Amino acid sequence: MADWVEACAVGDVEEEDVIRFDHDGRTFAIYRSPDDEFFATDGFCTHEKAHLADGLVMDDIIECPKHNGRFNYKTGQAKGAPVCVNLKTYPVKVEAGRVMIQI
Amino acid sequence: MQALRPADRIASAAQGLEVNVTTAKKRDYSLVGESTRAAIETGLASAEWYHTDVPRKAMKELMQRSDGPAIRDTVIWIVAILASAAGNVWFWGTWWVVPFLLVYGVLYGSSSDSRWHECGHGTAFRTRWMNDVVYHIASFMLMRNPVQWRWSHARHHTDTIIVGRDAEIAVMRPPDLLKAGLAFTGILDFRYSLPTLARQAFGTLSDDEKSYIPEMELHKAVVAARWHVAIYVATIALAIALRSWIPLVLIGLPRLYGTWHMVTTGLLQHIGLADNVIDHRLNTRTVYMNPISRFIYWNMNYHVEHHMFPMVPYHALPRLHELIKHDLPEPNPSMWHAYREVWPVLLRQLKYEDYYLKRELPPTARPYRGEFHEVDMSAAAE
Repeated sequence: MADWVEACAVGDVEEEDVIRFDHDGRTFAIYRSPDDEFFATDGFCTHEKAHLADGLVMDDIIECPKHNGRFNYKTGQAKGAPVCVNLKTYPVKVEAGRVMIQI
Repeated sequence: MQALRPADRIASAAQGLEVNVTTAKKRDYSLVGESTRAAIETGLASAEWYHTDVPRKAMKELMQRSDGPAIRDTVIWIVAILASAAGNVWFWGTWWVVPFLLVYGVLYGSSSDSRWHECGHGTAFRTRWMNDVVYHIASFMLMRNPVQWRWSHARHHTDTIIVGRDAEIAVMRPPDLLKAGLAFTGILDFRYSLPTLARQAFGTLSDDEKSYIPEMELHKAVVAARWHVAIYVATIALAIALRSWIPLVLIGLPRLYGTWHMVTTGLLQHIGLADNVIDHRLNTRTVYMNPISRFIYWNMNYHVEHHMFPMVPYHALPRLHELIKHDLPEPNPSMWHAYREVWPVLLRQLKYEDYYLKRELPPTARPYRGEFHEVDMSAAAE
C-alpha cells in the first residue's frame, strides 16, 4: 500500500510553477497549475538527469531546463523529441493547506 | 583519459592571454571510440555543469515564452527573402544581381541556422507548431536532416565540446586551417550535407548517428532525408526544364554562397577554448556584435548565456547577459577582436593540440572548479 507523504505547503508553490521535493532518496516535482490544482511527477527528466523543478511550467506542460523536452505534467505524457519516455505521475491531495503525494 | 596534474600557467606575451597546455593523448573525435569510452568512465559524459546562481523568480521571467518577437522577426525574414529572391530573378544576367545574391544568400544560407537552432530548442515561439514549421523550413535550407540534427544538438548541450561525445565540434584539434578557411565558402559542408542526406534517404545511418539518435527515431530520420532529397531532385528537374540556373541559385546553392556569415559568427562559439571541461565559461564565448549580425544570428552571440540556460529565448538573452555577466569572462568586444584572439591559439595548437585559451574571470565571479580544469603544460616548456 502506497503511503501519503507531505510534500510542501500550498503556499510554497506559485501558480503555474513547480518545486522540487526530495524524499527517501528520491526526487519529485510538485506542480501548481494555472487553475490552482496540484500535481506530482518524478523529479528528473526521462531523457537525461535534469531537475524538472528548474524548468518552465506553461499551462499543463513542464519543459525540461536542459534540452527543452516537454511533458504534460498532469498525465506524464512525453510530447516529442528529445523526450520519448513518459514521466511517472503520482496522486496528489491537499489537506489543511498541505500538499500530500502518494508514493 | 589520463589523470590531469595541477596546472602551471603562462601568459601570452603577444596578447596577455592566459593559456594552458597539457600532454594528453591524441584526440579521437569518433562518437563510438576510445574518447567516448574515456568520457563516460571519467564522468565527463552527461556531467553536472556549472551554472551561475540566478533567483528562481528572475529565471522564470527570463524563460517566459512569447510569440510576438519571433513572429515579427520571421515576417521580416520571409519578406526579405522573397524580395531578394525577386531581385535575383529580375536582375539575373546583369551585375545588378550581385547585391541581391548577397542578401538572399545570407538570409537563406546563414540566418536559417539561427532559426533552425532557436526553433529546435522550442524557445523562439511560445506556440509549438510555429517552432516546428520554421524548424523544418530552416533545416531544409541548411541541408540538415531535422531528426538527426535535433538529437545531435541535444547531445551538444549535454556534452558541450566533450571529445568523443559532442557531435557538433566545428574545429577539431589539431586544427585543420585549410578546412576552417574553406568552411566560409560552404564547400565542405555542402560536400558533407548532400551525400549525407542521400545516404540517409537510402536508409543508411552511420554508427556515429546511431549513437545519439534513439532507435525509435531512426525511421523518422530516413523519411525526413527522403523529403529533402525529393525536393532537391524536383529543383534540379525544374532547372533542366527551364534551362535556367535560377531554381538552383534560389534553392540549394545559397548553402554555398551564403554560408559565410553563419560560419563567421558560429565558429567563435567555442573555437580555441577548452575541451573536456564542465563549465561553459571555459569552453564557450560571448561576443558583442552589431545589430545586423545579431538579427541574422538571433542573439546567439550571447553563447555562454545560451549554453548555461538554454531555456531562455533569444530575445531575452541580452537581459540574461546583464544579470549574470559578473560571473562570466569579459565578452569579446567584437568579432574582429575575437578572431585576433583566436588566431595565435590555433597556430600554437598546430604544434601542441592541448593548448587552449583560458579566459580570465572577473573578481566578482565564482572561480572555476579544478577537478576537470587543471592541466599540465610541461609540453609547452619544451
